[in-house]
Amino acid sequence: MLNNRQETMRQAAAFFTGEIDRLITKPVRLMEVCGTHTVAIFRAGIRQLLPPQVELVSGPGCPVCVTPNDYLDTAVAYSRLPDVIITTFGDMLRVPGSASSLAAEKAAGSDIRIVYSPLESLDIAAAHPEKKIIFLAVGFETTAPLAAATVLEAERRGLANFYVLSAHKLVPPALSALLADREVRVDGFLLPGNVSAMIGEQPYCFLAEKYHLPGVIAGFDPLDILQSVYMLARQIHASTAIVENQYRRIVRHEGNPAARQVLTQVYETVDAAWRGMGVIPASGLGVNDRYRRFNALAALPLQVEKASEQAACRCGEVLRGIIKPADCLLFGKACVPEHPVGSCMVSVEGTCAAWYKYGAGKWQV
Amino acid sequence: MCLAVPAKVIDIIDLLATVEVGGITRQISLMLLPDVTIGDFVLVHAGFAIQKVDQEEARRTTELLKELAGYAE
Repeated sequence: MLNNRQETMRQAAAFFTGEIDRLITKPVRLMEVCGTHTVAIFRAGIRQLLPPQVELVSGPGCPVCVTPNDYLDTAVAYSRLPDVIITTFGDMLRVPGSASSLAAEKAAGSDIRIVYSPLESLDIAAAHPEKKIIFLAVGFETTAPLAAATVLEAERRGLANFYVLSAHKLVPPALSALLADREVRVDGFLLPGNVSAMIGEQPYCFLAEKYHLPGVIAGFDPLDILQSVYMLARQIHASTAIVENQYRRIVRHEGNPAARQVLTQVYETVDAAWRGMGVIPASGLGVNDRYRRFNALAALPLQVEKASEQAACRCGEVLRGIIKPADCLLFGKACVPEHPVGSCMVSVEGTCAAWYKYGAGKWQV
Repeated sequence: MCLAVPAKVIDIIDLLATVEVGGITRQISLMLLPDVTIGDFVLVHAGFAIQKVDQEEARRTTELLKELAGYAE
C-alpha cells in the first residue's frame, strides 16, 4: 500500500517519463558527469524507466577513477617513508597503482589512516609532531575547497608537519576536452550538483555558447534526475541550448563565494593528467607558491619510478563514455569489486562498480 | 567521495557547528559557509558545511511534485 507521498512521487515519475518519451523522437545520448549521479541512477533503476531512445552514459565524474597511476605510485612511495603518516578518504585505499596499492602498503605496516574530513589530518599532525602528515587531496571542485581550507587552518594552528599531495581536478575543462574528442558523442549533460554548489552555474555556459549543447544541474534524488532528463528533453525538442538549474534548493547562481575564495587563495590552476584522457590543460589544481611549504611534492621531494598502466583495462574509454563496462574483456571476470583491476571497479562511484553491483549491464549488453 | 548530506544546525561556536542528521550529532566546520544561523539546514560534505539548503525552494519542489501528480492522473 503506497502512502500519499510515495503515490505523489510515483505519479510525478510517470509524468516525467511520459513527457521524455513524447519529446525525444530520435536516439539521444545524455551524459551524467558525476559519479554520485551514476550510483543514484543505477540504484533507482532510472535507465530502465527511460524510453529506449534515451541513453544515459557515464562520464569522467568519479575522482578516484580519473586519478592516474603515477599519483598512486607517489602516494605509495611516500607511505613507505618511516616518518610519514598518509591520511586519505577511504575509497583511495584499494585503487591499484603500477605495482601496489595503499591497502597493500597498510597491510605491510605503513601508517595510512582513513579520515572522514581532511581536518582530522590536523589533529593527527598535532598529536605526532615527529611525523610528517600527508593528506591525499583528491576530488573535484566539491572537495578541493575543503583541502584548501585545511591548509589555511594548518597555517592558523602553526602546524609545520602537514602537507597535501594534490590531484584535485576541475570539471569544466574535462567537459571541454570530452567535446573536443571526435569519438565522444553527447547530446546533453546532467551536470554535477555538488560541484555546482561550489562553482555555480556560469562555468558551464560554454556548453551552450560554444557547442550548442544543453546542460541541467541535477540533484541526486531519483525524481531530481528524472526531472533533469525531462528538462534536457524539453531543450532538445525545442532545439535550444542553455544551462538550467534543477537543483535550486542547493545550487545558487553564484555558487559558494567563500569556497571559491579559499581555492584561489591556496591553489593555482595547472595542467593535469586524467586516467584515460591524458593531460588536459588547466584542468587541475596545485598548491601555489604562497603555500608551498604545505605542498608535499615541493617540500618533500622523492624519486618515483615511471608509472605503468594495466594494458587490458579499458577504464579510460569507459570514463569517456565510448564503451560500456561490459565491452571490456576484464569486466566481471578478472575485474570484480573484490579484485579490481581498474579504478572504475574500485570506487563505489565508479561506472564499472555500479554496473557490476546493480547488474545493470545485463539488460543493455 | 563527493557524497553530501543535509543536516540541521543546532549549535554554533565560532566557526564550528553542531549538526544533527537522523538523530546523530556531530561537529562540522563553517569555514566555507560562515553566514549560517542555528536552525538552518546545510549540506555537509566531509566535515564542512558547503551550502545552505533553501527551504523555500525545497517547498516549491514538493508543490511541483503534487502538481505533476495531478497531471499524471
